Amino acid sequence: MAFDNYFKLEFEAKKVNESFARNTVAMFCTSLKPTLSEVNDIKTAVSEAVTNSIVHGYENKGGTIVLEVGIESNTVDIKITDLGIGISDIDMAIQPFFTTKTEEEHSGMGFTLMDSFMNFLEVKQNKPSGLMVHMKKVIKG
Amino acid sequence: MEIKYESADDCIYAELSGELDECSAEYVRISLDDLLNGKTASKSKLVLDFSKVSFMDSTGIGMLLGRYNKFSRQSINIYIKNPTSYVNRIFEMTGIYQIIPKVC
Repeated sequence: MAFDNYFKLEFEAKKVNESFARNTVAMFCTSLKPTLSEVNDIKTAVSEAVTNSIVHGYENKGGTIVLEVGIESNTVDIKITDLGIGISDIDMAIQPFFTTKTEEEHSGMGFTLMDSFMNFLEVKQNKPSGLMVHMKKVIKG
Repeated sequence: MEIKYESADDCIYAELSGELDECSAEYVRISLDDLLNGKTASKSKLVLDFSKVSFMDSTGIGMLLGRYNKFSRQSINIYIKNPTSYVNRIFEMTGIYQIIPKVC
């Protein structure tokens, strides 16, 4: 897909970078003049996906997260990819309240919030390993 | 993320301010659990003021459920106060008010 605007960056899978990732995407989207609510929707969805990569994909041991964001017309297209352990049963993992880390107080609502706040959500295995979360948000402004 | 505490009668007020995500949640967990271990002997309520929480993701829900489990064991009820409309939406979507009520 040829975007009107696009960026790609790699960053270390550290919790401190969650804020960096979501705020970078939010800044990039400002040309579409999103409402505050739309900005918050995107920030939350990005934060959820990045947190999943850090905590589940890389099990807090670090790694590289690739963030790609494209803008086409009034739609923001976001891909967040890691090379972590991936998810063996994606259909189960995206169910509300599903978590593999109950002892660490994770709510299991991450994918539910991504699905609710974005207009499109696709979660699939990355090759050779890891997970790719693909999301789109239509900005009505 | 910062937390300011005030105490009145049988209630402790905790005003959270900042962004509540996986990175900052650990501080909130530790701070509230320290409170539970030290200062709540005569208290029966913990009110968490969310009016200055500018961002929250599902990590906040997990943190709250964890605190609910710990505080309820010591018969301390937790309440949520003044969430912004955006944070309130996340609370409503996840059904957290069914176990941690919102107060005015």
